[in-house]
Amino acid sequence: MNASGPVHKSSPHDSAQLHVTGQARYVDDIPTPRGTLHLAFGQSTIARGQITQMDLSRVRETPGVVVVLTASDLPFSNDVSPSIHDEPLLSDGAVHYVGQPLFLVVAESHLIARKAARKADVSYQEETPILTINDALEAESHFEDGPRIWARGDTASALNSAPHILDGLIKMGGQEHFYLEGQAALANPQDNGDMVVHSSTQHPTEIQHKVADALGLPMNSVRVETRRMGGGFGGKESQGNALAVACAVAASITARSCKMRYDRDDDMVITGKRHDFRISYKVGYDDTGRILAVDFLQLARCGWAQDLSLPVADRAMLHSDNAYQLDNIRIESHRLKTNTPSATAFRGFGGPQGMLGIERVMDHVAHALGCDPLEVRRVNFYEDVAGGLSAPQVDASVALPPESISKKVNTTPYGQEVTDFVLHDLVGQLAQSADYFARRAEVAKWNANNPILKKGIALTPVKFGISFTLTHLNQAGALVHVYQDGSIQMNHGGTEMGQGLNQKVAQVAASRFGVPLEHVRITATDTAKVPNTSATAASSGSDLNGMAVKNACDLIRARMADFIAEHHQCPPSTIEFADGNVTAAANVMTFAQAAKLCYENRVSLSATGFYKTPSLEWDRIAGQGRPFYYFAYGAAVTEVVIDTLTGENRILRADLLHDAGTSLNPALDIGQVEGAYVQGAGWLTTEELVWDDRGKLRTHAPSTYKIPACSDRPDIFKVALYQNTNAEETIYRSKAVGEPPFMLGISAFLALSDAISSCGSTYPALHAPATAERVYFATQRVIHD
Amino acid sequence: MNITFLLNGETVALQDVSPTQTLLDWLREERGLTGTKEGCNEGDCGACSVVQQDQYGVKALNACILFMPQLQGKAIRTVEGFAAQDGTLHPVQSALIEHHGSQCGFCTPGFTAAMVAAHTTGATDYDDQLAGNLCRCTGYAPIIRAAQAAAKQDAPDWVNDRLLHSETPESEVLLPESSDTLARLYAQMPEATLIAGATDVGLWVNKDLQDLHPVLFLGRCQDLKSIEVNEDEISIGAMASMTEFREAIAPHHPSFGEMLRRFASTQIRNAATVGGNIANGSPIGDTPPALIVLGAHLILRKGDLRRSIAIEDFFIDYGKQDRSHGEFVERITIPRQIDRLKVYKLSKRFDQDISAVLGAFNIQVDDGKVTAARIAFGGMAGIPKRASAVEAALVGQSWTEETIANAWDAWQSDFTPLSDMRASAEYRLDTARNMLTRYFLEDLGAQTSVLEVHP
Repeated sequence: MNASGPVHKSSPHDSAQLHVTGQARYVDDIPTPRGTLHLAFGQSTIARGQITQMDLSRVRETPGVVVVLTASDLPFSNDVSPSIHDEPLLSDGAVHYVGQPLFLVVAESHLIARKAARKADVSYQEETPILTINDALEAESHFEDGPRIWARGDTASALNSAPHILDGLIKMGGQEHFYLEGQAALANPQDNGDMVVHSSTQHPTEIQHKVADALGLPMNSVRVETRRMGGGFGGKESQGNALAVACAVAASITARSCKMRYDRDDDMVITGKRHDFRISYKVGYDDTGRILAVDFLQLARCGWAQDLSLPVADRAMLHSDNAYQLDNIRIESHRLKTNTPSATAFRGFGGPQGMLGIERVMDHVAHALGCDPLEVRRVNFYEDVAGGLSAPQVDASVALPPESISKKVNTTPYGQEVTDFVLHDLVGQLAQSADYFARRAEVAKWNANNPILKKGIALTPVKFGISFTLTHLNQAGALVHVYQDGSIQMNHGGTEMGQGLNQKVAQVAASRFGVPLEHVRITATDTAKVPNTSATAASSGSDLNGMAVKNACDLIRARMADFIAEHHQCPPSTIEFADGNVTAAANVMTFAQAAKLCYENRVSLSATGFYKTPSLEWDRIAGQGRPFYYFAYGAAVTEVVIDTLTGENRILRADLLHDAGTSLNPALDIGQVEGAYVQGAGWLTTEELVWDDRGKLRTHAPSTYKIPACSDRPDIFKVALYQNTNAEETIYRSKAVGEPPFMLGISAFLALSDAISSCGSTYPALHAPATAERVYFATQRVIHD
Repeated sequence: MNITFLLNGETVALQDVSPTQTLLDWLREERGLTGTKEGCNEGDCGACSVVQQDQYGVKALNACILFMPQLQGKAIRTVEGFAAQDGTLHPVQSALIEHHGSQCGFCTPGFTAAMVAAHTTGATDYDDQLAGNLCRCTGYAPIIRAAQAAAKQDAPDWVNDRLLHSETPESEVLLPESSDTLARLYAQMPEATLIAGATDVGLWVNKDLQDLHPVLFLGRCQDLKSIEVNEDEISIGAMASMTEFREAIAPHHPSFGEMLRRFASTQIRNAATVGGNIANGSPIGDTPPALIVLGAHLILRKGDLRRSIAIEDFFIDYGKQDRSHGEFVERITIPRQIDRLKVYKLSKRFDQDISAVLGAFNIQVDDGKVTAARIAFGGMAGIPKRASAVEAALVGQSWTEETIANAWDAWQSDFTPLSDMRASAEYRLDTARNMLTRYFLEDLGAQTSVLEVHP
């Protein structure tokens, strides 16, 4: 592939100038038509029961309220679920969690709608809610028919014959997305009953689909546009459905534009979060730390509706191996239905939870053996695959796995061969650049001299599978126009949520035509331009849409080349598109001249592009196949310090080395890695969701839910991209980068565990998030055991 | 009421503004300036940050909890007003682009505002300057790189606004200009809600959706802002901002200053007042425990009558203070003393977080014996409360680990804390105890703060 032009360059985000001047428009910034109405939900105050009476007279009487809708007022489908139609927009009488939308206020202003929504008089027949994992187990409250179980080898007998066994348990909390821009939608009614919806969504096609169903219209009558989101992180994959549908229904009923945005507290109470998990394990291992067998029980709290919980829980199972060859493994996964917000997609999509499970096992085994956890990890790694640019450069200082285990086959528990493993080399490079071994010794020395404060250090790897596990989602479309003045307009099915997808894809388009980036205009994602899109999720944005755009560009380029070749009497293969020019034999013309020439000679300069990921095959019930096209890799070293008197802790230094293949834009990729690490560390440290015993979320605003602030980033923060190229034929041999580095944050958690373990001989068995309080009590256990 | 202020260099005169309309809503809904964002509507995320200039200087504020009457006579710049007329970007804006400081861009206008304010004042303590701005995408590192790069360039002229001459509002009914006027008005309408910095009242309006009427804004009472230090005392006007108070107290009691560095955020400290932090009676306000152990007094005023009480006596019970109708906190006085104060703020996150436990210690030790002890806590009871039994267990004893251990049971007689989303009761009690240990170990020279450990 010709890689000339803007691709692989560190250009800034395409909207950066708009961001810093306040000109970048988000849904709530779009000028609205005269008479636009504003919406708010009336919410349930109990976690489970039946509505016995709902008196909305005071709501309706509030000056400025135009109409108040309940489930019975909805003209067609009352459903906003992305999966199994179990999520009514407005309660059908049953209440499933605190905050559930019961009715919809349509008013002249956002404030009037919010105020009126609180004036309802609702009576309930309360039932005992199922709130916790234990509640759900006891009540046998599951999604699907029961637990899903995948197994390889003979785990039971391997555990029986293992020289050492141990068991343990780790609880990990959920995580609020805290996208800075809350959920928002605006619906503008059109003639003929059509609807145009602006939505802050990662999934415009789903919005289109749900709105069409709610209005009783075919999909061709609904157009959804998304220019950008103020952050998504998975929280806008399905959670925007309710707002968009509410706006569309209200707009249809009132014949006026309708807008809805959640106040932050409402957003945090109503919408789903990362699934909290409890993972218990029994592991058998030998003297070197080689895992002979592991048995996992994964309990996922899914909330009241199924949403995306099945693929999330599947992905947790799929990452139970992380970077390790596990010959005997059994994973039992329960998807528990509870009266809490419906847990949803969040960066990593279950992967982080599964990965934290096996990383805890590695750490625990190393502690039991009294050796460096990194050595245990290396003993268990898959083997690096030689060949291509990813071949490991052997470094004498890097310990290679013992001969006895080097003959293992590189196959995951689900039967996918790992053909691109690089972690021996990547970790070797990182250990060296971060000076891991020397610093580990320094930490021990420092701890010996400090009775109150203790340091800890950990190096953890990431291997993350890239592709939607629902195979049919791995497709994308694009629409590219070249205008007669040589300017190019590009559209694709992906959405921009800050990751720089549009910039990366524009770089691809500019490179295909050999023109500067300024020639390419990025436009809003629009279901009328590219239909049937998948969510911008699973890190797939640039892999899928980049290829679809390339495909469209290449179609146009081939048509141009064919014509110009004929025009200048030379073979089409000799036509070059580079440096803003098109060259045919000795004739050089600007790209604009070439476009004009083609137009005047009736050459089509518009094309749709399409791409589907090859080679995927996956049976999720059996847990066998090739769900992933390839793997992305990375590793992190984190050093922390804790205060044994209070549990207060902070990150002193983090060194990250991450594999983005041949990066499309190194600056944007490094931005993803840095941001993901801090977000991942936040999940495992300060970000604590607290529900009370009545199912009410007590941490529903940034005053009580603490994402990392500026000073929480590591004092020393070194981030680099690993020199690699994708073994598979991805767009310019790059790799997906959205989710994988999130799990680099696991190193911060295990560094805290390391610091705690310096206080005694007991394993800390720390749970997440490791708030100061949890660190304190874990330290107390270690000191006093 | 009618107000006049400068917005991005242009004079804005408004008639009949609602006293509790926020600047953010006005900018977005009435002025059509949608660059300033609503992220949380409670002053915790900074997406709504704007720059304010007045005779006291330039500072960042949260527009979501800034009521329109507070703008009288001020100059405001929003993200739309940082570039020059010809489009030349402010150095902060250029640096944010060059260093990839924005991803989704939603927090960026607020960061830009906070960074422009810091750039103008020359502040380079970026972790503190930006503690009130949350970013969920970048991990902050590129933003800090941008701030450092921009600092090397001079501030452009256009961000310095000429100030309005005619600052006195037409009516002093809502905006008294002195404590005397305030005292008279408040005595006439004791049911009024007093609005100092609005960092708490803003939430009553935005979150509880209260309609407040009548209200009195204290921001223009210049005499309530003064801080005076003489040989006997430090006297702080109730309307001194936390920023001003921090600067004044830090030289005398560095640990108090360090706690105030972590008190909320720069934007909140620029608005919040010492008097407000006391008068709202919160059990988790951060200044009262420290003021209690310093032996501070409050001067309360009603009409022309003033009285002085020990600050600890002000807090009677949860939600109940020793303040009569029409009476307000005018000043706080702290006796000058040799500094033995340590203030320990414990929260889930170091910056911009409400304390789970806040412990303040002022223990005198002479010849190895404890001669006096004042210890007080926030977050441990329904009010900021002294640890009287613990104090009693220490005074007269040797200043040793044994004495501290012997005080073990006294803690339980002083405090029965609650469990909530910030901390469990058990954790609160344990860490309160351990704070005394920390105080003792600090006396011995041990390193006890993770904030002072550097890689």
